[in-house]
Amino acid sequence: MTASSTKSSTQLPDAEALLPADAVISSARAADGHTELTVDRSRLLEVLRTLKERPELDCDLLLDICGVDYPRRDQRFEVVYHIASLARDHRFRVKVPISEDDATVPSAYGIWKAADWFEREAYDLFGITFEGHPNLKRILTHGGFHGHALRKDYDPGQRWLLTEEDSMVPAWATEELTDEDHLESQVLNLGPSHPATHGTLRVVVRLEGETISKAECEIGYLHRCFEKMSETHGWNQVIPYTDRLNYCSSMINGVGYALAVEKMLGVEAPPRAQAVRVILSELSRIMDHAVCLGANLVDLGALTNFWYFFQPREEIYGLLEACAGGRLTVSYARVGGLAHDVPADFEERVRYLLDYIPKFVNDVEKLITTNKIFRDRTEGIGVVSPEDAVAWGWTGPCLRASGVPYDVRKAHPYMGYEQYDFDVPVASTGDTYARYLVRMEEMRQSLRIIRQAIDDLPEGPVITDDHHVALPPKEKVYTEMEALIWHFKLIYEGIHVPKGDAYSFTEGANGELGYYIVSDGSGHPYRLKVRPPCFAIFQAFPHILEGHMVPDAIAILGSLNIIAGELDR
Amino acid sequence: MDQPLYQFIVIPLVKIVVILGVLSLIVAYLTFFERKVLAYIQVRLGPNRVGPRGWLQPVADALKLLVKEDLVPGGAQKFVFMLAPALIIVPAFLVFAVIPFGPATRLFGLLPEAIPPYLTDVNIALLFVLGISSIGVYGIILGGWASNNKFSLMGALRSGAQMISYEVPMGFAIISVLLMAGSLSLVKIVEAQQSSHLWFIFPGLLGFGIYFICGVAETNRNPFDLPEAESELVAGFHTEYSGMKFAFFFLAEYTNMLVVSSLATVLFLGGWLRPFPNVAWLGFLGIVPPFVWFALKVAGFIFVYLWFRGTFPRYRFDQLMHVGWKWLLPLSLANVLLVGLIVLLVKG
Repeated sequence: MTASSTKSSTQLPDAEALLPADAVISSARAADGHTELTVDRSRLLEVLRTLKERPELDCDLLLDICGVDYPRRDQRFEVVYHIASLARDHRFRVKVPISEDDATVPSAYGIWKAADWFEREAYDLFGITFEGHPNLKRILTHGGFHGHALRKDYDPGQRWLLTEEDSMVPAWATEELTDEDHLESQVLNLGPSHPATHGTLRVVVRLEGETISKAECEIGYLHRCFEKMSETHGWNQVIPYTDRLNYCSSMINGVGYALAVEKMLGVEAPPRAQAVRVILSELSRIMDHAVCLGANLVDLGALTNFWYFFQPREEIYGLLEACAGGRLTVSYARVGGLAHDVPADFEERVRYLLDYIPKFVNDVEKLITTNKIFRDRTEGIGVVSPEDAVAWGWTGPCLRASGVPYDVRKAHPYMGYEQYDFDVPVASTGDTYARYLVRMEEMRQSLRIIRQAIDDLPEGPVITDDHHVALPPKEKVYTEMEALIWHFKLIYEGIHVPKGDAYSFTEGANGELGYYIVSDGSGHPYRLKVRPPCFAIFQAFPHILEGHMVPDAIAILGSLNIIAGELDR
Repeated sequence: MDQPLYQFIVIPLVKIVVILGVLSLIVAYLTFFERKVLAYIQVRLGPNRVGPRGWLQPVADALKLLVKEDLVPGGAQKFVFMLAPALIIVPAFLVFAVIPFGPATRLFGLLPEAIPPYLTDVNIALLFVLGISSIGVYGIILGGWASNNKFSLMGALRSGAQMISYEVPMGFAIISVLLMAGSLSLVKIVEAQQSSHLWFIFPGLLGFGIYFICGVAETNRNPFDLPEAESELVAGFHTEYSGMKFAFFFLAEYTNMLVVSSLATVLFLGGWLRPFPNVAWLGFLGIVPPFVWFALKVAGFIFVYLWFRGTFPRYRFDQLMHVGWKWLLPLSLANVLLVGLIVLLVKG
């Protein structure tokens, strides 16, 4: 790992001086701009608390907690915390090495509520115990699962019969409660197969009348071992799997992943590839918001808007199909650029979409934005304060609806977003209506970005000519010896990503989509951790629900845009 | 042939068969109409595969529902579960016994004497309609309760509360018509609009609005479709029903839409009367048979129903109650006072 990035290091506070004395074993500037701290377990909470509370550091956002397994080290596991400061624009990566025999760390839930599900995930997949966690149980795998799937010595081929009975009912749901009028409260199971979950989620709620007094979410029904599978696939072979994360905007996932690998390799996609990535990503963002709002409105009974949104979505899919061949799962991005160039009529089709999409957005706007019933249903429903939103690790439109103007495209521009002129819409009320408004406006802003990007779409190649990374053109492989060798080496050995780790983050349709990649220098990732935006958002859902009614639960759920593919991975 | 036998058995039987047959056909095609209208509102095409332009779709639907497995959930109250669909569909059709579709007619000279096209005219027809249509709520509540499903039960309870609360302002809206017509007979109400040369919608606009809103709520249609709010309660009270039993709930909903539309036509839009019965130069409109006017007005209401569905989101349960008790009820009471005052002043 090289300590670089001299430009920004001057702005950063000297972390070690501000942190408790002797708590940090080592600290370094990582190549990805993060300050990397290695901390002993006994001093962990102290360091984390200082990071959050010291005004010079002010790290209010816990983005991710994950485990990494190094079976050959003395201290086998490493727990990695990704922490950011919204105001000060710096990021920390805190690593805690722990041994296998005593795989426990103190829980960070008391510092950031966002730690809740991330710690459960690390417990589930690595068997790391977080002491003091309020509800430490498996989250992505079934309660009766044997072993911890992401440990390197876990054999994915093993099978066993599931004999333990696990009804997956939370303990509180089985106790019978009666109020002073001897009216029993009722436990209702929303999902995993329920018309409003739009995916396989499960929410268990306790009802007093129709008011929810307690709720708990159960996820993992769509767990596909994305991270485990990545460890046995080549760097480019991971891209089809990323499509299945947030399948409503699969382009963004693929691009985000490609950017993360490019960051580690130190290569950059050519300008044309970058512009096409921006255009298709923004179109995907429009689709994602359209699906989210459309589904949310269907849940509120306004069916027509769903179709108004699906019409432009269909047209965008047409364009994606022309570019990538696939519609829902595009697999179009590659490490170093794009799979192939866009079709000849690309510009024409994008301009057609630029004229076509606003009509439908405006129709919905006219139909619903000032509708009395809609506003009664959404205003003041599911209010999340900016402090809570940050504490839960929210990012993206949901965070901006609560009044925090954080957008990765503005705060840490990538892929040339700094060239484009666009606004980051922010609402202040943090309710379901605000989330609707923010998404509506973001679609318009995305159109603005696309218009600028298509106006000066550069000519040239769409994939890097660095043949350590990308295959040489086919005609050269057939005619030139050197190209043939490159082709052979890449196919046989894969891309050699230098040893080390990096966290790369992009603005997904629903928030900060992060990829934490550890490479051991071989042809496939050693560890790939996705930071799915809706994982952080959904963990707050049961807490938002309390005091609302069942119809409100549906309205709130729709407005959070929970995509099970991304949530469960 | 024996005169009473002919008059009291044969003719009513023929009428019953015709009304039931035509009604079933209309209801079946109403589902098709709804899908088509909604499709065009929602920038899509709607069913267009079965038969020419999809015209045989209702037949296909009916066949599908008939051959579907008839499931009764394990913990259900079997008898009540079977009874509920009947309890909802019978009253829905029964109401059409007193709906006057048109004046007595010789059917273009085909019949020896003029026969009224409706089944019967009773002097308490309006009460009969209100009473019978209220039975439908038993079907919903019992069906939801017997299903042994929490979603069904919640849907049923919502529906019960909703139908009862909206019946009150609806009743008051109808009272304002009674004040103007001076009769409970639906035929007399139409005739009163003829003799006063005025559809009751003009003096009773407020009453009409309240009646129609309540009518939409009574039939559990958008924006008041909470009992079967499919996103929250899966399918509400009929979650556990399948096959023909489900079809009965479905048909009853559409029949009830026809009931509310027919009643609105009779009470406020002059039933079978042509538009502006008092304007002489519009007399050429009289060549259209009265029955067609009636059908057109009902179709207009049905379209509004579908239009609502294509436009509005759904109310939340407590908001629905709020609208019913805090807005519609006081308004309808005020309307009764207002109409009463006007009637008193005009008629002396």
